[in-house]
Amino acid sequence: MSEQYKVSVSPHVRDSITTSKIMLYVIIALMPATIFGIINFGAHALLIVCVSIASAVASEYCYEKLLKKPITTNDLSAVVTGLLIGLNMPPQIAWWIPVVGSVFAIIVIKQLYGGIGQNFMNPALGARCFLLIAFSGQMTTYAAGDKFANLADFVQGEFTSHAAGALDALSGATPLAYLKQGYDFNLGALFAGNVTGVIGETSALCLLVGGIFLLIMKIIDWKIPVIYLGSFGVLVLITAAVRGYSNPCLYMLEELCAGGIMLGAWFMATDYVTSPITYNGQIIYAVFLGVMTWLFRMVGSGSEGVSYAIILGNVITPMIEHYTRPRAFGIAKEKKQKKEAGAS
Amino acid sequence: MGLFTFKGGVHPYEGKELAMDQAVRELKPGKELVYLLSQHIGAPAKACVAKGDHVLAGQKIADAGGFVSAPVYASVSGTVTGIEKRKNATGGLVDAIIVENDDKYESVTYEAGDPDKLSRDEILAKIREAGVVGMGGAGFPTAVKLAPKDPSVVDHILVNGSECEPYLTSDYRCMLEQPEKIVGGLAIILKLFDAKCKGVICIENNKPKAIEIMKKAVQGHANMSVAVLKTKYPEGAERCLINAITGRTVNSKMLPADAGCVVDNVGTVMAVYDAVKLGKPLIDRVFTLSGDAVKQPGNFLVPVGMSYQEIVDQAGGFKQQPEKMISGGPMMGFALFDLNVPVTKTSGAITAFLKDQVAEAKETACISCGRCLHGCPARLMPCKLADFAEHGDAESFEAYYGLECVNCGSCSYQCPAKRPLAAEINMMRQTVLANKKKQAQAKKKA
Repeated sequence: MSEQYKVSVSPHVRDSITTSKIMLYVIIALMPATIFGIINFGAHALLIVCVSIASAVASEYCYEKLLKKPITTNDLSAVVTGLLIGLNMPPQIAWWIPVVGSVFAIIVIKQLYGGIGQNFMNPALGARCFLLIAFSGQMTTYAAGDKFANLADFVQGEFTSHAAGALDALSGATPLAYLKQGYDFNLGALFAGNVTGVIGETSALCLLVGGIFLLIMKIIDWKIPVIYLGSFGVLVLITAAVRGYSNPCLYMLEELCAGGIMLGAWFMATDYVTSPITYNGQIIYAVFLGVMTWLFRMVGSGSEGVSYAIILGNVITPMIEHYTRPRAFGIAKEKKQKKEAGAS
Repeated sequence: MGLFTFKGGVHPYEGKELAMDQAVRELKPGKELVYLLSQHIGAPAKACVAKGDHVLAGQKIADAGGFVSAPVYASVSGTVTGIEKRKNATGGLVDAIIVENDDKYESVTYEAGDPDKLSRDEILAKIREAGVVGMGGAGFPTAVKLAPKDPSVVDHILVNGSECEPYLTSDYRCMLEQPEKIVGGLAIILKLFDAKCKGVICIENNKPKAIEIMKKAVQGHANMSVAVLKTKYPEGAERCLINAITGRTVNSKMLPADAGCVVDNVGTVMAVYDAVKLGKPLIDRVFTLSGDAVKQPGNFLVPVGMSYQEIVDQAGGFKQQPEKMISGGPMMGFALFDLNVPVTKTSGAITAFLKDQVAEAKETACISCGRCLHGCPARLMPCKLADFAEHGDAESFEAYYGLECVNCGSCSYQCPAKRPLAAEINMMRQTVLANKKKQAQAKKKA
């Protein structure tokens, strides 16, 4: 017979989803926050985001070319890494610092461990933590523009009576620093994002829109972001109540909108590679992140809590996965029966 | 009413509309018919005719080769021209009886029976003698399935009309066109079990017409009902179906009867009716020809032994030369490299595609997205199991319950990295099982 057909093992149909499509959806979901950040902070922010992405993609391409590996820049994961690094930079930072970060993220954290899917921590967060240690001055200076010169104007009342007077010492800091001191902040401004911070973290609203988009497109599961934010929120609520703040609920909402927790919870903690894939594992991981963030923010120094919490979560992910692997369908029953038989 | 379903599963494109409105049409075979001696699970049948013998339609040409086996019958009258190795749909060479069709279609006269007057053993003997096997694809001898060690524990007979495999519409057409036969067959099966045993006809909710017709057909039968399932692949897989309807779980070491269930495909139940009531052996079946490459998709009554090529030719051929040809549906079917394959009792369809999605998909690295876990009806971690399979790590493979895989293909379907997860896992599973068998045999000897 002359007619010959292609042969392969079943199944013979495939879903249309691909890795690059997933990455594209993540990029789209990050767009509201990116555009808001650029409008909020100006042209320099645009430059920072662009050089971050360009250097991330270039490092991946050069590394793979040099080592004669298949070029994987088409999967867009390097774009996502670069974009996240850009969004994690203070708006006035020197342009070469994110470049150093992108190269570190792609070469050291991603490629040296075997490329996409093999990295043990989120490349963008790893790079941010590296930069925080290497250039701690530049990375924590949120040189406020004219618009933010009087950030303190947003400070409304006080959660605590003894916080007054410390206000001057805080100029140029992020809202998180104010909150840590016990000041009440303007929740509306925090939610919309008219405050200082790194480029992409300020607008809780834009990040939430992106996060919900990912949920609808079924790119991420609700468990990690919701449980992370939820457990952190509950702990903050309790803390505020114990510390005797006048409005613990408002304080909790402000903590949830300030700093990097929205960006972290929706876009970094949910990174496939570095978060558990098991159902129970995701719950444990999310609660762990909530507790760690709470520790860093409420007990520790106050800033960069989210980055360090997620990095720690990434590191223990393989262990969580190992201990939470699901029991196969029909197996649980068998074990129970054995136990019953043993007991009787 | 809530829909019955299971946890996990995927939603591939259903493609049912191509053939679902085409009534079953009888096709006449060509000159040569090929009867494979292994068309079921268990020992191959043993030929009981010789070259040169004249046979009639409905005449036994091969005896069951053991307890778990089934006899084979000629579907046409003609002359046996040889007993030789022929290719089956999975590409293997198996013994086959070749019959040259004399185009006279002379048939033996079937002996009708009255199931009400037959004893349990007599009914089972009739089913066994008629060569009835599971027609959903597995091909397990039905008489063996219907005679579990302890019949009194069975309280559910599930008639599988879910037809969750995309493109296939043969069971659907049977339910529309011959509901009384399905109900009759189910009534016979129910006689084999206790009075408390219920017959449930399970249909996915994408077949509202079939649900309506079957609901009407079971009226007046107190021990029968129709259950509506959520449309999801693999809803019709035995373990998933049992779980969906009864909430019970079955693992790889159990039989459905251990969970009080017997699951039979719609086609099988009809064959039981034919065997007991009409005395007619299993010599033909309903077959779907579908896919985007087929000129006129449809459903056909085809004799066992007819070649796939003849089915395609008689049905009107292809629009264009297809790139991919599948025996069965796209999720669990076998890719064919040519159409020179005979119809067996278990072959239910040909699906022909203009484009091969698998060849187009390029495999990339796993990104641990977890889609394979969500889709797995056995609640496994396919991405991990495939890693273990690649590394030949049998110990971890078993520790992660790799032997529980049912090879439904949901993981491969959903993987964004296009990894052939199901194939790797299934291969490793076969290897582990084969090694276990070897070890057990070695132990026996020692």
